[in-house]
Amino acid sequence: MLTLIVRRLGLLVLVLFGLSILLFAWVRALPGDPARALLGQKATPAGIAEVTARYGFDKPVWQQYLTYLGRLVRGDFGASINTGQPVLSTFTERFPATIELSVAALLLAVVVGVPLGYVAARRRGGLLDNLAVGGSLLGVVVPVFFLAVLLKYVLSIWLGWFPTSGRQDARIDATHVTGFYVLDGLLTREWDASWDALKHLVLPALALGSIPLAIIVRITRASVLEVLSEDHVRTAQAKGLARSVISRRHILRNALLPVSTTLGLQAGALLSGAVLTETVFSINGIGSYLFDAVNQLDYPVLQGFILFIALVYALVNLVVDVSYGLIDPRVRVS
Amino acid sequence: MTPTPQTTPPAGARPLLEVEDLRVRFSRRGQPATTAVDGVSFSVDAGEVVGLVGESGCGKSVTSLAVMGLLPSRGTRVTGSVRFDGTELLTMAPGQLAARRGKDLAMVFQDPMTSLNPVLTLGRQLTEVLRAHTDLDRAARKAEALDLLGRVGIPDPRRRLGEYPHQLSGGMRQRVLIAIALACSPRLIIADEPTTALDVTIQAQVLDLLTTLVRESGTAMVLITHDLGVVAGTCDRVNVLYAGRVVESASRQDLFARPRHRYTSGLLAAVPRVDAPEGTPLQPVRGTVRDRLEWDAGCAFLPRCGRGDGACRTGGIPLAPTDADRARHPDHEARCVHPAGATT
Amino acid sequence: MSALDAVGTTAEPDAEPTGEAGLGPWAAAWRRLRRNPSGIVGAVIVLLFVLVAVLAPVLAPYRPATGQWFGEVTPTSVPGPSAEHVLGLDSFGSDLLTQLLYGARSSLVIGVVSTAVGLAVGAVLGILAGGLGGWVDTVIMRIVDVLLSIPSLLLAVSVAALLGRNAVSIMLAISAAQVPIFARLLRASLLAQRGQDYVVALRSLGLRRRRIVVGHMLPNALGPVLVQATLVLATAVIEVAALSFLGLGAADPAVAEWGRMLVTAQGRLEQAPQLAVYPGLAIAVTALGFTLLGEALREALDPRSDR
Repeated sequence: MLTLIVRRLGLLVLVLFGLSILLFAWVRALPGDPARALLGQKATPAGIAEVTARYGFDKPVWQQYLTYLGRLVRGDFGASINTGQPVLSTFTERFPATIELSVAALLLAVVVGVPLGYVAARRRGGLLDNLAVGGSLLGVVVPVFFLAVLLKYVLSIWLGWFPTSGRQDARIDATHVTGFYVLDGLLTREWDASWDALKHLVLPALALGSIPLAIIVRITRASVLEVLSEDHVRTAQAKGLARSVISRRHILRNALLPVSTTLGLQAGALLSGAVLTETVFSINGIGSYLFDAVNQLDYPVLQGFILFIALVYALVNLVVDVSYGLIDPRVRVS
Repeated sequence: MTPTPQTTPPAGARPLLEVEDLRVRFSRRGQPATTAVDGVSFSVDAGEVVGLVGESGCGKSVTSLAVMGLLPSRGTRVTGSVRFDGTELLTMAPGQLAARRGKDLAMVFQDPMTSLNPVLTLGRQLTEVLRAHTDLDRAARKAEALDLLGRVGIPDPRRRLGEYPHQLSGGMRQRVLIAIALACSPRLIIADEPTTALDVTIQAQVLDLLTTLVRESGTAMVLITHDLGVVAGTCDRVNVLYAGRVVESASRQDLFARPRHRYTSGLLAAVPRVDAPEGTPLQPVRGTVRDRLEWDAGCAFLPRCGRGDGACRTGGIPLAPTDADRARHPDHEARCVHPAGATT
Repeated sequence: MSALDAVGTTAEPDAEPTGEAGLGPWAAAWRRLRRNPSGIVGAVIVLLFVLVAVLAPVLAPYRPATGQWFGEVTPTSVPGPSAEHVLGLDSFGSDLLTQLLYGARSSLVIGVVSTAVGLAVGAVLGILAGGLGGWVDTVIMRIVDVLLSIPSLLLAVSVAALLGRNAVSIMLAISAAQVPIFARLLRASLLAQRGQDYVVALRSLGLRRRRIVVGHMLPNALGPVLVQATLVLATAVIEVAALSFLGLGAADPAVAEWGRMLVTAQGRLEQAPQLAVYPGLAIAVTALGFTLLGEALREALDPRSDR
C-alpha cells in the first residue's frame, strides 16, 4: 500500500514536471514577443519592459525555465493580466464555491443514481429499468450548458421556483467562515442564510450533476446485473439467508466496487461542467474564473489553472486507487 | 455439534426425499420453450447416498436446483411434486423454503472458484449460515466454524477464518463449501458435480472427504455426476437420466452387474477395458443427444439404440422391473421395452 | 475414464445453433446491427445530420449570418415564426432556420475532421507503443498520461487559446483530447492480440513483424476503433458547441454555430427561449444519434446473450 502511494506521488511529480515544461514552451510558442503576448491588448512599452524584467524574458531560455520552476515551487503562479491579482490567491478564494457545487452535484448523483441503478437492475426489463436506461442516455447526450440554460429558464425565470444566479441573496447579511455558504450558515446558526444558499445551489447542482448521475445509474445497473448472475449469489441463496441479507451483503456490496472507482473519475467531468455551469448561473468559482481567463486570454491564469487541475486530478485518482484497495480484498495483497 | 451416526431406518419408513413427475420448462423471449426436466421421479431414504448420472444436458443439475427451489422465477415453470419429509416443497412460500435451505437441505455446487463471495472472509461466509439458522452466540459460532474447517481437513483453520477465497486453492475452496453445507447438520445434501472442476489429483481426496463426512453423520446425499466411476465408489443407489427422464434405477451392484436399459449398457460397454485384447475397437454410443424422440412419442433413446423396434414407439413407457428382475430384484427398474440381458 | 465421455465420438459435429452459419464476422455483425431498433434510430439520425450538413446550401431558404433583418429585432423582442421565416429570426437578425441548418455543417466538419485527426495521430502512437514496446512504449504512454491528466475540455481550451480563434484551432483542440483515447485503445488492442495464439502461430511461420501488425492485428482492432470513433464523434459535437459557448470559436458571434447560438440566446432567454431551445436540441439529438449508433455497433460487433 505504502509503496503504491509513494510510487504514485513520484509519478505525479513527474507529470507536473512534464506539464511545467509544456506550459513553459507554450508561452514561448505564442506569436511574437512573449511579453507582448502575455500582455495582449494592454501592451504598452513600459508594461512590456516591466514584464520582461519580471519574468526574465531577456535571459537565456534555460535560465528562464529555472526561474519559472523556482517560482512555481514557491507558489508564485504569476498574476492575472486583467485583475493584477496573484493567481494562487484568487484560486483559493474561489475554490470553495466550486467545491460546494461539485460536492452537491456528486451527492445528488450518488443518492439518486445508486438506488435507481440498483432497482432498475433488480426489476430488469420493467418500466423503471427502461426509464433509467433512457434517462441516463439523455443525461450523457444533453450538453451541460444546454441543460443549465434550460433549467434556468424553466424553473427560475418562468416558474420562479429557484433563484436565477449567484450563491446567495446579497440582502441576507451572512457571515462567511469557511467559504462554503451552506455550511457557514449552519455554523453561525444563521439558518436563513444557509437555506438561501441551499436554494441557490439546487439548479446548478442539478445541471452539473446530470452527467455523473447518468454515468452512475448506468454503471450501478450494469454492475448489479453482473453480480446477480454470479455463482456466489446462488450459494448465498442455497444457504437459506434472508433476501434482505443477500441483497445487502452479497449483491450490493460487490456491485458497488466499480461504482466507487468511477466516482474519482468524475472529478474531471465535474470540473469541465463547473466551468460551463458557473458561467450560466454567475457563480464565482474557479470555473467562471477560467471562463473569463479564456475569453481574455489571460495566460498566467490559464497556466496556473492547468497545473492546478493536473494536481487535483492526480490526487483524487490516487485517493480513489488507495480506497479501492481498502474495499476490494483481492487488490490488497498484490 | 458432534455428528451422530444414524442407524438404518426401519423398513417401510417414509423416504426423506420424494421427487415425483418433476417437470421444468424454460421459456425465453422470442424462443420456443425448452423442457429441461421431463418427468423425473426418484426417492432418497434417510442416510442413503443416491447418484444421479447423466451426460451434459440431461437435466440433472436443473433437477437439483428445482428441488432446492433455486431456479429463477421468471421464465420457469415447475410442475410435479417434491416432498421432503412429507412436506411439499414446490408449493411452499419462498420465505419458508429459504428457512429450510441451509438447515434441512444443503447444496454443494460445481465450481468452487466462483461459488464463494470474493469480498467476504471465509469465516464470515461460514458463520452467516450458523447465524441464520441457529441460536449460537458469536463466540460459539466462531468455535463451530473452526471445528467445521478442521473436519473438512483445512490446515491452520484459525488463520483461514480471516482469509479471503482468492487466497485458497480450488480444492481448499471446495472443502470450505462442503463445510458450509454441513454447518447446520442438514438431513440431505445435494452435491452437484462437486469434483468436476478440480484437478484430477484432488478429485479423489475431496470426494473421499465428502462421502466420509456424509456417512459419519448419517446425512442423505444426492450425488450428481457424469462419471460412472465416481458413482461406483460412493453411491448406494443409482438413477440414470436421459433426455430429462430417469431411464434406469437400481442399487449400485445391480446396475453395474446387470445393466438393463440400452443406454446404460451402452455406456458401460463404451468404457475401454485394460484386459481387452490389443486392437479391440472402442464401442461408443452412436449419435448425439440431439438425435432423439420426445418421450410422449416413445423412447427418447430410440434413434441411437441398436435394438429398438416399433414397440419402442409407444409413449409412456413405464419405469418398472424387467421380466428378468421382477422376481428377485424388484428394486431394479428400467424404462425399456427390450432391455439388455432379457430372455425375450 | 468415464463411459459417458465416450458418448458421441462418432457423431457429426454440431451445426451452428444461431442460424448465422456461414457468415463472416462482419456480415454477422451487420445482421445484428440491422435488428437493433435503437441502432437503426441512431443511424437514421446520423444520416439526417450528415445530409442536412452537406445539403445546407440547398435546403436553407437564405444565406447564413447575414443579419439583414436586424431592423426587425428590438431590444425587447425577437420576431417569431412568420411566412418568410419558418422559425423566426435570431437576435442578430439572421434567419433562424438557416442558422440551424448551417450550424449542422460546422459541427459536422469540425467533428469529423477533429475525430479523424485524433484517430490518425492516436492510432499511430498506439500502434508504435503496442507494436514496438520497450522504451518507445513507456515514453509514448507517459505523454498520453500527461494529456489525460487534464480533463478534455480544459485541454481543448488550452490548445484553442494557444492557437487563436478560428475553426482550425478548435479542430486541433478537440483532436488533442482524443489522441490519448485512441492511442490507448490501439495499444491495448495490440497488446491483447500479441498474446493470442494466432499471432504466435504467424510468427512461427516466419512472417515479419510489420506484416503481422498491418495485415492481421489491425483489421482485428478495426471493430472497437469504429465503435470508439462513433462515440467520440458524439462527444466531439458537444465539445465543439461547448468551446464556442466559451467563446473560442470563430470570433464573429453571429456565426452559424450551435454552441455560439446558445451563448447569445442566454441574453434573450425570457423574450425568445426558442433561440436556446432549437440549437440545444439540435446538439442533443445529434449526439444522441451518434451515441445510439455507437452503442449498437458495439453490441453488433461483440454480441452478448444478455442485454
